Amino acid sequence: MAKATHSVTRSFAAHAILATYTIIALFPVVVIIINSFKSRKAIFRSPLSLPDQETFSLIGYETVLAQGDFFLYFQNSLIVTVVSLFFVLLFGAMAAFALSEYRFRGNSLMGLYLALGIMIPIRLGTVAILKLMVASGLVNTLTALILVYTAQGLPLAIFILSEFMRQLSADLKDAGRIDGLSEYRIFLRLVLPLVRPAMATVAVFTMIPIWNDLWFPLILAPAEETKTITLGAQVFIGQFVTNWNAVLSALSLAILPVLVLYVIFSRQLIRGITAGAVK
Amino acid sequence: MSASEQKKKPVRWHIAVFLAPAVLIYTAIMILPLFGTLQLSLFREVDQSQVFVGFDNFRILFGDPRWSESFWNALFNNTWFFIIHMLVQNPLGILFAALLSSPKLRFSVFYRTAIFVPTILSFVIVGFAWKLILSPLWGIAPDMLDAVGLKSLFAPWLGKTEYALTTLSLISVWQFIGIPMMLIYAALLSIPDEVLEAAECDGITGMSQFWKIKLPLVLPSIGIISILTFVGNFNAFDLIYTTQGALAGPDYATDILGTFLYRTFFGFQLQIGDPNMGSTIASVMFLIILAGVSLYLFGIQTRLRRYQF
Repeated sequence: MAKATHSVTRSFAAHAILATYTIIALFPVVVIIINSFKSRKAIFRSPLSLPDQETFSLIGYETVLAQGDFFLYFQNSLIVTVVSLFFVLLFGAMAAFALSEYRFRGNSLMGLYLALGIMIPIRLGTVAILKLMVASGLVNTLTALILVYTAQGLPLAIFILSEFMRQLSADLKDAGRIDGLSEYRIFLRLVLPLVRPAMATVAVFTMIPIWNDLWFPLILAPAEETKTITLGAQVFIGQFVTNWNAVLSALSLAILPVLVLYVIFSRQLIRGITAGAVK
Repeated sequence: MSASEQKKKPVRWHIAVFLAPAVLIYTAIMILPLFGTLQLSLFREVDQSQVFVGFDNFRILFGDPRWSESFWNALFNNTWFFIIHMLVQNPLGILFAALLSSPKLRFSVFYRTAIFVPTILSFVIVGFAWKLILSPLWGIAPDMLDAVGLKSLFAPWLGKTEYALTTLSLISVWQFIGIPMMLIYAALLSIPDEVLEAAECDGITGMSQFWKIKLPLVLPSIGIISILTFVGNFNAFDLIYTTQGALAGPDYATDILGTFLYRTFFGFQLQIGDPNMGSTIASVMFLIILAGVSLYLFGIQTRLRRYQF
């Protein structure tokens, strides 16, 4: 091909653009993490250098661990995320199975009704949700958050899972029926294992917004013993604005678990987003 | 299937069992409160009881100077917030996706993974991280500008009324650019090779191939990312709240509908919270989002041809 030199410049340009933006994307995260390991003086004197023997300090982490109840916050976030995720996946898969497997009157209407929530954010109902939670005595409980996040996650879960279940072969399920399996068993034994990849995708999509949400913890569960890590970090940083070591360490502590999870699940996440492409 | 349908149709309870938990939770926690909020916006508390006032709250919100000034300010800011996303986030996302999808690019997995990192971080982290970096106290931003000889350009961007909103919009773009990038990337990958090969046979390659073949084929995905951006922006709250607080300073320059709703609902400083006006604002947000989504579903999506390969 005669355009060899042309494509070399083009690929060089592509690398230049992508590499520049990669630096922009990672720069704030890197700056926060390296400075969290430095002494206060070094943070201000040379913010962009790595910590060395002289400037290395864990004083920020000591403050954070001594002051904030971060283990409790972390535990709250973990409980809320995992339980909501469980209900979203279980109830979502059940509803998706009903919608994709059976023909009944109102099927597509029900699908449309459940899909509404993909576009209309649940936050707009906050005023009435708070009223409901106050009336049922669930304010400042993790249950309130779990209920809200389950409702928030269901529409997208049902949508993705039912698309996926429609592609499963009918023969397999019919074979199960001939063998005398009940509909519940067909769902549990045959369908659920087959849609596991789609479930993983839904899990990642559901998990990130729940873990990162500030709005509902702030409104429904701001009490000390029910704070999530996102709200806890927000409040802690607000109180310690002038203690740069503590703020940077708190931020790093909040970044690390998400980053680790991302590195583990990034393949799954990207495969999930691009799933339509490899159909 | 047909055999079981011809039998005298026993009630198929299992369908109800499969649907019930999801439908119940979704209806109770999402749909009913949504309508409850719409309903509350038509009432006002007078002498500790709710009185029906029709659309009076909306009239006050749009017309009464005590409310309307904040409301139009928030709506205007929110529109600007959205425009910046459409002008910066989505074109850049498409550019990155186009670069990433070229088949022989090395390190593409690394780039893809790295550019998506900000998207998984919480608003609290993003907000504070940028607040520190842009802070004149710490001096990372002025030092870096100094290094390229542009120190005179530095201003406390988050603290100036004329820059704060644009700066926050760009921070939000930085955070969410991964989403349009990934969706367009997926769409570009799904274009079958035969189509591209046919284009190459006709001598359409490189840039013109992108403009003439690929871009028209990914238009439906561009429609989806536009509507996702719209819904996300008109519902945004967390980033402004973490960096500028509930007052959306300086001088309400960064106030958007989400922070306005929060302040109205919960009150701030001397003003006490007002659930009815809060519901009114939430209803207006609902109508804006509904209008956007309907415009997309009926006006745009049906006109974009979907290509089945």
